[in-house]
Amino acid sequence: MSSTDSNPPKLDIKYTQIFINNDWHKAVKGKTFPVINPSTGEEICQVEEATRADVDKAVEAARKAFDVESPWRKLEPAARGNLMRKFAQLLRRDIDYLSKLETLNNGKPVGNSEGDIYSAANCIDYYAGWTDKIVGETIPGAHDQVIFTRHEPIGVCGQIIPWNFPIAMMAWKLGPALACGNVIILKPAEQTPLTALYCASLIKEAGFPPGVVNIIPGDGPECGHAIAAHEHIDKVAFTGSVEVGKKVQEAAAKSNLKRVSLELGGKSPLIICEDADIDYAAEVAHMALFFNAAQTCTAASRTYVHAKIYDKFIAKSIELAQQRIVGDPFDSNTVQGPQINESQFDKILGYIESGKKDGAKLECGGERAGSKGYFIKPTIFSDVKDDMQIAREEIFGPIMSVLKFDSYDDVIKRANDSTFGLAAGVITNDLTRSMMFAQRLQAGTVWVNTYHSVSNQAPFGGFKQSGHGRELGKYGLESYYEVKTVVVKLV
Amino acid sequence: MLSKLLSKQVLNQGLRLTTRTLSTASQQKLVDRKPDVKYQKLFINNEFVDSLGGSTFEVLNPATGDVITEVADASEKDIDRAVKAAKDAFRLGSEWRRMDPAGRGVLLNRLADLIERDRAYLAALETLNNGKPFKDSYNIDIPHCISVLRYYAGWPDKMNGKVLPVAGDFFSYTRREPVGVVGQIIPWNFPMILLCWKIGPSVATGCTSIIKLDEHTPLTGLYTAKLIEEAGFPPGVINIVSGDGPHCGASLVKHPDVHKIAFTGSTQVGKIIGVECAKQVKRATLELGGKSPNIVFADCDLDLAVEMSHFALFFNQGQCCCAGSRTYVDEKIYDEFVQRSIERTKRRKVGDPFDDSTEQGPQISHEQMDKILDLIESGRRNGAKLLTGGERHGDKGFFVQPTLFADVQDNHRIAREEIFGPVMQILKFKSIEEVVERANDSEYGLAASVFTKDLDKAIVVSNALRAGSVWVNTYDNFDPVAPFGGFKHSGLGREKSEYSLDSYSETKCVTMKISERNS
Repeated sequence: MSSTDSNPPKLDIKYTQIFINNDWHKAVKGKTFPVINPSTGEEICQVEEATRADVDKAVEAARKAFDVESPWRKLEPAARGNLMRKFAQLLRRDIDYLSKLETLNNGKPVGNSEGDIYSAANCIDYYAGWTDKIVGETIPGAHDQVIFTRHEPIGVCGQIIPWNFPIAMMAWKLGPALACGNVIILKPAEQTPLTALYCASLIKEAGFPPGVVNIIPGDGPECGHAIAAHEHIDKVAFTGSVEVGKKVQEAAAKSNLKRVSLELGGKSPLIICEDADIDYAAEVAHMALFFNAAQTCTAASRTYVHAKIYDKFIAKSIELAQQRIVGDPFDSNTVQGPQINESQFDKILGYIESGKKDGAKLECGGERAGSKGYFIKPTIFSDVKDDMQIAREEIFGPIMSVLKFDSYDDVIKRANDSTFGLAAGVITNDLTRSMMFAQRLQAGTVWVNTYHSVSNQAPFGGFKQSGHGRELGKYGLESYYEVKTVVVKLV
Repeated sequence: MLSKLLSKQVLNQGLRLTTRTLSTASQQKLVDRKPDVKYQKLFINNEFVDSLGGSTFEVLNPATGDVITEVADASEKDIDRAVKAAKDAFRLGSEWRRMDPAGRGVLLNRLADLIERDRAYLAALETLNNGKPFKDSYNIDIPHCISVLRYYAGWPDKMNGKVLPVAGDFFSYTRREPVGVVGQIIPWNFPMILLCWKIGPSVATGCTSIIKLDEHTPLTGLYTAKLIEEAGFPPGVINIVSGDGPHCGASLVKHPDVHKIAFTGSTQVGKIIGVECAKQVKRATLELGGKSPNIVFADCDLDLAVEMSHFALFFNQGQCCCAGSRTYVDEKIYDEFVQRSIERTKRRKVGDPFDDSTEQGPQISHEQMDKILDLIESGRRNGAKLLTGGERHGDKGFFVQPTLFADVQDNHRIAREEIFGPVMQILKFKSIEEVVERANDSEYGLAASVFTKDLDKAIVVSNALRAGSVWVNTYDNFDPVAPFGGFKHSGLGREKSEYSLDSYSETKCVTMKISERNS
């Protein structure tokens, strides 16, 4: 057992300013904002608050770093890769401090923070290996022409990342952008700016030229919007909610038609077939929903269970939920820390109420855990119907919704009946059935007999309103270069 | 002064260094003329072992002709056990087969780190054994090895297959699998570089290998074997042996458990290996000889053309498969070009390879030296004009004077046969059509170069030359990302770059029947 009373270690917060041109700056408007520890609800520190004026400064620095004569543009591809690998090395070197800082700011158990940092370092290493492998093509055409393509960096890339995996999301953004030779203005979530700012110091230490990576802490409506709407930013990549994603795309189009890639929310279905091993399926389903305090865009938040195994599945899932240790993320026994902040916390409790009101059966949990911070007990609703609010809207909290099915054709239709399409999972040993699900499920990632399995080499992204564009893998590079066709006529 | 600057520029351009070159003073500090030889045995299953028969052979210092040390001589039985080790390491379920692809990249990067750590020692040992100037080993060979290994380190988790749009109710996809146990035979002219060109793709694709070092130059390869073990490669993944061609190399080529052979060496031996491989349908890639034409047009940058043409032939004591050994010069600038080349050739400093001012060390062996002197004789007999050099240099070691022939004709032996020595041939031409035809009139087709400022000419001539690498206004550019290999009798397959991965992979197509296929 672990208590929700959190005893965070004393950590020296070294970097709370705005990182532009490898230098630390105070905000132009002179304001700061508080950063909260979600395990206690208390303030950790104040961080400089970037507004439009700071974004302008960052754009100026980035544009200069992207000038065709600049050191960054002249750097050999392999040398870019060496800088990236150095950065990855530094992430691993400082993993002890960074993981504690991530947990202090985000609330995820320290072991999970460590895992995230290793993932992030591996992601940077993966993309470091691409720098000298991005090729154009020579194209067979008329006999008196030479036709070829160049894959050029787009330019200044604005990147807006969320609070659920601060360091890992930063790596997913920096990796492909740097591999293609771009320059970056990255805005960490206002809830979780601390590890991004520390990583800025590592980027400088690794030897990146000034202006190549700039890190601008600030909010969404002012700072994020300034990035999405900036006339001199060439591309914006955003990970966050559908609601804000739409605003980003609109601002991008209205300003200068900058290229846009979006990784948004989900309401991902996990379908457990009659031939599934119930214990295994329940473990997968448990992890698929509750991992990271259920704060994952891919959370399996609609668990469809075949009628034949429904009761046994529910019983096993309740057991697992009740065993789930919620508490101080600095306690090594803890599996689930707090939700990120008060606003999310209130919203999730609201969904619990709505579930009850709509007639779903509350099997366990359903309330706050402890009295400080934003902890919520692992909650399971059964007998959920497709039209209930808890089955349609993204909750981003530890509420598992279990629905019953008995026809495979039918459950696929129900699974696809959503404006989201980020991920889906199916548990079955039947070869043909698994292939059919893989084909028919409208989701960017389909998991068979597993969940949340993400690797650097496989693309990740959404169908429908879960986003467009892909991150990770070779596909992840496509959003970060422009294709130029050159045609030389022979005289 | 200008030529010294150009030399450095030439080296930088030629081999695209990404590491700093050293100043003379700091180079001198690093130079240990008698580096200790630490490893002289066969490296099998991550262990150093004597050859089974106990036999050894002598390794010479070509700058003096003296014996440096003795090294284990691998017999057929040693090849057998090396192959067995590689086969074991490749079996299904082995640590190597089950390793995450990214893990193979981590190992390659670690090996690169260790070579970087021991750069000075390896460069000195390479110079002691091969005779190339220390400043080349240190500034060109070893840094290139590091960048090649780092390049390949990025590939293992990026070699995707395809999902295929088949007709019917099938799910069909390709897997790129390692070809298996690979035998790799490397020559003596770039021992470390060619070792890394072989290790890179083999490890990246997940193969296991037996590498046979050339009997003239086994020392740096055996030291690298120790680094392979230190880097953490599982036993049997890379095995390194020293031995001759006719017994050791031949038994590797013939071994039924070896799935693929990669050979770099002469065209003559390459053909023998090709025939042997065909008997077992063994995959073979061959990097063989060349007689590469270097075409200098009247509208070139003459300073650049003279310096690069000199470098193209004389680099590495003329011992490059892709040496620019037929220099075709436009008649309009012929006399000027020849005159400047004589001056440049006369200035070429031959001497102790550990001396910082030396540009040219010894040839690798007495046999090679004799062969070169014999071809020089043939040039004289055939009527080519000998303008400088032409004799042995000194009476110790295997040095040959930098030699220049002009007014060479296409039918002279020195214009047709690979010399592999510091002997430059200059021929005259009038027109583009004529020179392209003459350049292509060879069984070889490894490389070629063009010097011109004219865009159109550069493209048209590059398109017309039948050679695997065509360099324009440069030479010997060996960036790891660019493929290298020959047309015609210069070889089969390509090394470096993404193209090299294909020869170390087998494509498997898997087709599954399913109840219903949808797009």
